[in-house]
Amino acid sequence: MPFDLIAGILTGLLVAATPLILAALGELVVEKSGVLNLGVEGMMVIGAFAGFAAKVSTGSYLIGFLAAILSAALMGLLFGLLTQVLLSNQVATGLALTLFGLGLSALFGAGYTGQTAGAFPRFDSFGLPGRFFAGVDALMLLVLLLAIGVHLFLERTRGGLILRAVGENHDAAHAIGYPVVRVRLLALAFGGGMAGLGGAYLSLVQTPFWVERMTAGRGWIALALVVFAAWRPFRVLAGAFLFGGISILQLHSQGFGLKIDAQILSMLPYLATIGVLVLISRSGSGLTLKAPQSLGKVFTGSS
Amino acid sequence: MINRRRILSAAALAAGVAIGVAAGLAGAVAQTKPTKVGFVYVGPIGDHGWSYQHHQGLLAVKKEFGDKVETTFVENVPEGPDAERVIDQLAAAGHDLIITTSFGFMNPTVKVAAKYPKIKFEHISGFKQAENVATANIRYYEGRYVAGILAAKASKGGTIGYIGSFPIPEVVMGMNAAFLGAKSVNPNIKMKIIWVSTWFDPGKEADAAKALADQGADIIMQHTDSPAPVKFAEERKLFAIGQASDMKAFGPNAILTSIVNNWNGYYIGRVKAAMDGSWKSGDVWGGFNSGMLDLPSYGPGVAADAKALADAAKAKITSGELHPFTGPLKKQDGSEFLKAGEKIADKDLAGMNFYVEGIDGVLPK
Repeated sequence: MPFDLIAGILTGLLVAATPLILAALGELVVEKSGVLNLGVEGMMVIGAFAGFAAKVSTGSYLIGFLAAILSAALMGLLFGLLTQVLLSNQVATGLALTLFGLGLSALFGAGYTGQTAGAFPRFDSFGLPGRFFAGVDALMLLVLLLAIGVHLFLERTRGGLILRAVGENHDAAHAIGYPVVRVRLLALAFGGGMAGLGGAYLSLVQTPFWVERMTAGRGWIALALVVFAAWRPFRVLAGAFLFGGISILQLHSQGFGLKIDAQILSMLPYLATIGVLVLISRSGSGLTLKAPQSLGKVFTGSS
Repeated sequence: MINRRRILSAAALAAGVAIGVAAGLAGAVAQTKPTKVGFVYVGPIGDHGWSYQHHQGLLAVKKEFGDKVETTFVENVPEGPDAERVIDQLAAAGHDLIITTSFGFMNPTVKVAAKYPKIKFEHISGFKQAENVATANIRYYEGRYVAGILAAKASKGGTIGYIGSFPIPEVVMGMNAAFLGAKSVNPNIKMKIIWVSTWFDPGKEADAAKALADQGADIIMQHTDSPAPVKFAEERKLFAIGQASDMKAFGPNAILTSIVNNWNGYYIGRVKAAMDGSWKSGDVWGGFNSGMLDLPSYGPGVAADAKALADAAKAKITSGELHPFTGPLKKQDGSEFLKAGEKIADKDLAGMNFYVEGIDGVLPK
């Protein structure tokens, strides 16, 4: 295979995986704090819209990404207000958040359909052969740093320890004086911001334009990735690369004219996800699921 | 519960009606009884594709008849039970002509039409007619044949990339037509096809365009609805063919042409017929000669000789001299389906489920 083609497949994989990693890392932290937010899709699409609108209005990518992070973080906080303060059901509220995000972004986004944001800057090829580095953008590198950062935060810092304690047993954490609700609100804001950044990657880097419902289910894949990764940041990376890789390879195999039905190829990423889930869910394999014990449970303690 | 739902949906509809009619009402005060025309769209009018083009038809009707018509539209109507309720509400609100613009509105339209025999219905892209239900569609494949000529002439590497949605006859005949058009000017042309199993997923469509480009395709054609492939081609300095509406804005340098659906003339004609009492049910499948299909705005990548070839083919198709599917033609497996000089019958075309000879890859079943 020529170098250009391999490089193209690899960058394609990174492009497909980056928004998933961003959203999944955010949701991982949220779930580690014991909250199940099914509104990832809604927060992503809000980020996609807000990022695009801010970039088009100001001309600055930085402001665009910041707007995406802030708006989606607000969505996360709204979820926090409803589920942590007003104690509504997390599953129902999360689903509602997705519908709300899709509707709200479509409403405000109507005037932005058809506008374009220009090509996102990519790295130069550094004089190296092929297009590989030419197709790499700063956010692809950022997600690697973020995965390391989330890992270090959860495993090596006091803050991470508190967050995990809250997620494992909120009553015990509350009893020794940790502010359960405040920790969870912070986690939700972080999760929202990451989902928003993932959405903005779609609208500002990958496509780059805005149309309503453009996230097309990526929020749900990110949710599945968190479980797939057994709540570990580096496995989120691995899972997203696996998922992105199979998605891109199935497109390429069709281009090569392989005699396999397109529908079967389209199923492959999902089949692989289920397969790995079954494998790691089997007890005794050493790769056990590590779901936070308080995940999705209502915390009624007062502070 | 049912009552509350009725009230809610009536309120929602009233809001839609208010928006759509506001402009019409302003001028309609002096008029005795304007003809009321209602449109039902499956997507948002801002989709810059399918529903957008139908809405252009509504605007053309308003412009043509001024205060003699009152127009209403309801957008984002899901295909399913909701559609029937929306169509029923429009009928109950006293519309004279109701136009439903998605394949999935077929059964609801026929069902509501049976309830209101005096109201006229137009259903787009379906195949069920009734006394008061007419159907219409466009011969998109004619445009794809000409687009194939432009693509083959603009390609330096000799490979066209084609993004497909679902393997239904309409999409398959478009691919075959584009390939035959391309082959008519370059016998060695290759076509790589990627099916993405969705009508609309900008991210996946961009991924597919990238995969095609990485495999050496330098022209991107699509039968999916978002402008992502055109945008990608612009960024990668390739060429692209737009779908459903003019996608020039997404790729001013990349776009060779767009295959544009133009419903304006058809809708004006049907509204006029409804006004003067000559409206009859029927089935229209219009191509270039009907004005329902157009290829506007050749891009800067179209050379003079390519333009001449495309224009000539378009003129011949318009006059009926050329049919994109004229024998001798073989299927992918080498078996003959059209003898020399034979033109394909409409019913065979409408059920086309195979690639023509020369296209690689497997057609999903």
